[in-house]
Amino acid sequence: MTSKPISTIMLTAALSLAGGSLAAEELTLLVGSNPDSIAIAEALTAAYSERNPDVTFEIETRPGGSEGDNIVKTRLATGEMTDIFLYNSGSLLQALRPARTLVPLDNIPNRRNILDSFMRTVSDDAGSIYGVPVETAMAGGILYHVPTYRQLGLEVPQTWAAFMANNARIAELTDKAPVIQTYRDTWTSQLFVLSDYFNVQAEEPDFDTRYTNNEAKYASTPAALKGFERLQQAFEAGYFNADFGAADYNDGLRMVATGEGVHYPMLTFAVAGIQQNHPDELDDVGFFAQPGDSTDVNGLTVWMPSAYYVAKGGDHVDTAKDFVNFVATVEACEIMTEAVGATGPYLIKGCTLPQSVPAAVADMMPYFAEEGRTAPALEFLSPIKGPALEQITVEVGSGIRGAGSGAELYDRDVEKQARQLGLPNW
Amino acid sequence: MRRQSPYPYWFVLPAAVVFVVLFLVPTGASFWFSLTNWDLFEARFIGLENYRQFLSEPFLLRGLTNTIIFALVTSGAKTVLGLLLAVLLTSGIFAQGFLRSVVFFPVLVSTIGIGLLFAEMMHPTQGVINVALGAVGVGGPGWLTNPALALYSVALVDIWRGVGLATLIYIAGLASISPEYYEAAKIDGATPFQQFRHVTIPLVWPATTTVMILSLIGGLRLFDLIWAMTRGGPGFSSDVLASVIYKQYQAGFYGLSTAGNVILFLLIATIVAPLAYWLNRRALDL
Repeated sequence: MTSKPISTIMLTAALSLAGGSLAAEELTLLVGSNPDSIAIAEALTAAYSERNPDVTFEIETRPGGSEGDNIVKTRLATGEMTDIFLYNSGSLLQALRPARTLVPLDNIPNRRNILDSFMRTVSDDAGSIYGVPVETAMAGGILYHVPTYRQLGLEVPQTWAAFMANNARIAELTDKAPVIQTYRDTWTSQLFVLSDYFNVQAEEPDFDTRYTNNEAKYASTPAALKGFERLQQAFEAGYFNADFGAADYNDGLRMVATGEGVHYPMLTFAVAGIQQNHPDELDDVGFFAQPGDSTDVNGLTVWMPSAYYVAKGGDHVDTAKDFVNFVATVEACEIMTEAVGATGPYLIKGCTLPQSVPAAVADMMPYFAEEGRTAPALEFLSPIKGPALEQITVEVGSGIRGAGSGAELYDRDVEKQARQLGLPNW
Repeated sequence: MRRQSPYPYWFVLPAAVVFVVLFLVPTGASFWFSLTNWDLFEARFIGLENYRQFLSEPFLLRGLTNTIIFALVTSGAKTVLGLLLAVLLTSGIFAQGFLRSVVFFPVLVSTIGIGLLFAEMMHPTQGVINVALGAVGVGGPGWLTNPALALYSVALVDIWRGVGLATLIYIAGLASISPEYYEAAKIDGATPFQQFRHVTIPLVWPATTTVMILSLIGGLRLFDLIWAMTRGGPGFSSDVLASVIYKQYQAGFYGLSTAGNVILFLLIATIVAPLAYWLNRRALDL
């Protein structure tokens, strides 16, 4: 009875030995656990393995948010990281100490394909770059319910005053919530502040450097304080959905897709969520940039996508570099579009979007076409982002704290982050 | 004279190794890391800076008072309710065994599960609690979204969850009281209330001590229920010490959160050690 399993094991062993002699390599890749990032990883690795039959991949997943940050940091610090991993660009990347833990990608042939605006967010002080962009850029702004706009004859607002006037009309003529807020998922409360950065930098062009050098503060810079004030105004006007304190992100998507609410301050990656949860209402959701004080200054705050990085000390560094080199091609963009669709412009030269995109994505593309109508969010210009912002904006948005006091508290939070990062001048 | 241990040293060696490697070394290491700026990659010695930073956290004071309020409220309620339920459930009432399991049941369920379930039930507009209140014409409050109420809503759930264990300890305590005391009291003409006041309460004191200390420690270090229900919110209004510490850890401030843990350890030790001493002495005096 026992002889059969044993012979099977020996056969398997012999086969795997034979496989080993062909120099097959298995690389590991760690990505986020959301369906899009898994689908993209599967599509890209399958395409790469087709060209390089010796190379196979094992895809691992991790949770998102700060829990995922801790997993990535722990695995890097203990030398247990996968060969390649997906992680944010910008200020979160800086906390990984890239020069210590990551392989520089300066000499991969397709480096020249990566747009400069992205390269800045994955490089260190010495100018080495570490990541290759995955997926498209996204924008922070306001998702809105198009049929309600049509029904009430509203126009896309070019100024904050026009936005508030639209809210007043909606409150007067319908029983819909003019502004959707979803504080069960606290991160969603930050959008009015973060998406206002285009307006901040239009008024204070060097805010990012002065902020990083401990010279400019949110509370004492009127342009920067406005984001907090706008959140407070919207709360005080009573424009939020009744359950804003307990609703979550998925509730928010439902409300803006079905028209229970009309404006949802959000990042455009939410379009993918609406596509998944409410495919029939996808084209009912439009998008506009968070308006500022004047029609002359109207532009989009842009978030850079995550990137693939190669961890130092792995056994397959050269193959891993070759794989990320492949990701920086037009072909890889097309594979990604085919896998999950596109919700914004790619950061690889020559990549294009498909003819038909969701309405909200079509609404954001014109901003990119014009010079000077986009600006990166502050977290891609400065390594400092205070971790308590989402609690503070919940307080301001719930009327627990005023805008000025919220901004002051955030300045203290920023100071703590800067000290923990050991930045000069703090 | 020192009592000689009946066991040779090699006999206790395995336990000693486990104790040193898994308890003493990490404890010592955390005292060290609490003095550093630590990002997992390198730890830079910065003296007491983390303690200064942690103690100047804007919401630390709020977290501290919340922790103490929470521990006192839940531990008090669990002690009182636990004793009353135990008296009821040892009085030989109908379906006693079944009722005992019902009271104990919440102890067996995962805390996170309880937290998420109650968070749904306490939803201000769609939650079953406020829908039921609305049906009888009462507008229910925002249990978890009203900053003045959130901590107490979580405390309520914690009492519901923990009272079963307190009851169980009390049932064991009551069972160990010899029936002769009650007979003697009855002969002396004591009313049921007097029996409860002068026989049950003093003789069940060791159980009371256990319940109070366990639930106080549980309340002081509570984290999972708060995190599942409010994450310390809205804003910072239901933050407790443990959730403040966890947020520092989440932000990647590992040295700072370790310093917070050392402070939590000292706080629990300074509250519980004298309390345990005092309560145990009272038990001996009786």
